[in-house]
Amino acid sequence: MTRRVEWIYGWLLLSPALVLLIAFTHLPALNTLWGSFFSTPRGQRPAKFVGLGNYETLLADETFWQVFSNSFWYAVVTIPVSVALALLMAIWVDGKLAGRGFVRLAYFAPTVLPLIAVANIWMFFYTPGFGLIDQISGAFGFPSVNWLGDPDLALGAVIVVAIWKEAGFFMIFYLAALQSIPPQLREAAAIEGADRWTFFRRITFPLLMPTTLFVSVNAVINSFRLVDHIFVMTDGGPDNASSLLLFYIYEIAFKFWDTAYASTLTVVLLVLLSVLAVGQFFLLDKRVHYR
Amino acid sequence: MNFIKALSTTVGAAALSVSMGSAAQAVDLQFFFPVAVGGKAADTIQELTDAYVASNPDVKIDAVYAGSYQDTITKTLTAVRGGTPPQLSVILSVDMFTLIEEDAIIPFDGLAKTDADKAWMTSFYPAFMDNSMTGGKTYGIPFQRSTPVLYWNKEAFAAAGLDPNIPPATWEEQVAFGKKLTKRDGNGNVTQWGVRIPSSGFPYWLFQGLTTQNDVSLANDAGNKTNFDDPAVVEALQYLVDLSTKHEVMQPGIIEWGATPKAFFEGQTAMMWTTTGNLTNVRTNAPFDFGVAMLPAHKRRGAPTGGGNFYIFKDSTDEQKAASFDFIRWITAPEQAAKWTIATGYVAPRPDAWETPAMKAYVADFPPALVARDQLEFAVAELSTYQNQRVTSILNDALEASITGAKAPAEALKEAQAQADRVLSEYR
Repeated sequence: MTRRVEWIYGWLLLSPALVLLIAFTHLPALNTLWGSFFSTPRGQRPAKFVGLGNYETLLADETFWQVFSNSFWYAVVTIPVSVALALLMAIWVDGKLAGRGFVRLAYFAPTVLPLIAVANIWMFFYTPGFGLIDQISGAFGFPSVNWLGDPDLALGAVIVVAIWKEAGFFMIFYLAALQSIPPQLREAAAIEGADRWTFFRRITFPLLMPTTLFVSVNAVINSFRLVDHIFVMTDGGPDNASSLLLFYIYEIAFKFWDTAYASTLTVVLLVLLSVLAVGQFFLLDKRVHYR
Repeated sequence: MNFIKALSTTVGAAALSVSMGSAAQAVDLQFFFPVAVGGKAADTIQELTDAYVASNPDVKIDAVYAGSYQDTITKTLTAVRGGTPPQLSVILSVDMFTLIEEDAIIPFDGLAKTDADKAWMTSFYPAFMDNSMTGGKTYGIPFQRSTPVLYWNKEAFAAAGLDPNIPPATWEEQVAFGKKLTKRDGNGNVTQWGVRIPSSGFPYWLFQGLTTQNDVSLANDAGNKTNFDDPAVVEALQYLVDLSTKHEVMQPGIIEWGATPKAFFEGQTAMMWTTTGNLTNVRTNAPFDFGVAMLPAHKRRGAPTGGGNFYIFKDSTDEQKAASFDFIRWITAPEQAAKWTIATGYVAPRPDAWETPAMKAYVADFPPALVARDQLEFAVAELSTYQNQRVTSILNDALEASITGAKAPAEALKEAQAQADRVLSEYR
């Protein structure tokens, strides 16, 4: 086979994925960037070029900054907590304990449920007065708390739901990785007299690094992507206290029909995600041992 | 070969059925409808649609449940922008300006051919037509319409030493009754609140009840100027905030809309403000004797209307538009309107529906159904402006900020007015 034929062959093999990626990811992204330089067309009035006008609006938009800071805190809390919790749970259910299958199932159950259903369940937990949390705390004489109706608590309340939903999913990856660690390592370490903490720190954790990278990339993406529960639980309220970037984009695009400003916000989200993804791969990749 | 043969037979049959369909000149209509309350609303719409199709074999109607009101307008506008709108849809009456601005709908006036058609268009309660007409043209026909009312727990009233048959008639009475009805346990924690005015999602709607009672309107009729910073509006918001903070008769913070009927059933609150669309739900599920009353008055009696209208979409053939018109005329006729009201609690939108035998039997058995109708005399159009969703969001944010104590009412409403002015100035 000549080099040229090989070259064509390679492109042919790549083309299905390439066509789909370009059609549904890259072209829309470029289209969004292009759209962010125009005004929103309404009825009879066509779109006109406004340059960086939409970006100036964005910088002056107080709601945007609030939503941005909400998204920041949402990510900063959900990512490490859900990953750490997943690791802890995986280590626990990897060991020998009675009813192991049941515990694994219980941890994984939130993942199987759709987020909308999860949000409805948690709505009941959080409801002041007769919700589960209030019924339990009320039995001990604590006052009723309006979790979703208080701007200081609403964001925390939706963060808890996201962690509850995600940790079980990540646990499955850690569990699979833990089971692929050869038992000889543990035996060798035991002969050398290493204690359990040293074994975890020096052997288990480094061997789990590829999984940690994979899980944390997913956690970052999910922390921007998973907003379904906001629709059900708070609708971004009270006064935008629990609104996240993607939810805000949806609101601007499909509630206010301001497509140009929504494009601008989407560009911001895209840039943010790209920076995070690139950073993650370059920084973390050095500390990952692939076998 | 067998496969190819089977395939060609199927294609042939499909082609045949298509040509037969067009031979009969069937008109296909797609009809989007939302469901915003619990119960049998979707089944009833399907039943009514089937009944119409059974008696009009040349029309085929595909009734599509499109989710909440918000989902329905989103789906419809997306379809309009994609060039495949439904032929007709039930959408919030307040979205009329948005639909006009998107150039998506046509007025009913041009489709009314006969005198009977024209008489039908004027047969609805005027309070419902306020949100259905602009510039002298009728763009919406009232169907799934509602108004908020006060529900009260008669047993709780009796337990608090109040007359169980007399609801509060004024703002002051609402506070005074509320104080008697609010019960606390040994630790000072509240076990039963006096009143509940839900504020999640779309607090502006019930708030408009308060502003109307305070004799002020939130926006002008042209939909291009709001009055959010009017002192009377500030006063109304102060009253709402005071219910929780000063008088302590209502749960503080944002109160969930959806959990409100449940809180009423569970005895968490002795009175609640909510839509009359919940009437059948409350009647079925309240484990105690309850009453329904008009909202308490202040300077005057008042409430907003709410709910959905029928719209006909522009991008359809003339046959489709005529068929849509005929269907809407049929489904809003007295018999059908009565059936719809009995199934849900929505207010039948025209006086003659209340004169049908079915309706008379229903209200004789269940007089609270009349309260919402009687309140229409005092009702005003629901807040509706250009860029309605954005402007109401601005007001909602201001209300939420005040209810949660983040901003004082005057300050929050002043900011909201400035934001609304920025959005609406280009429509003046």
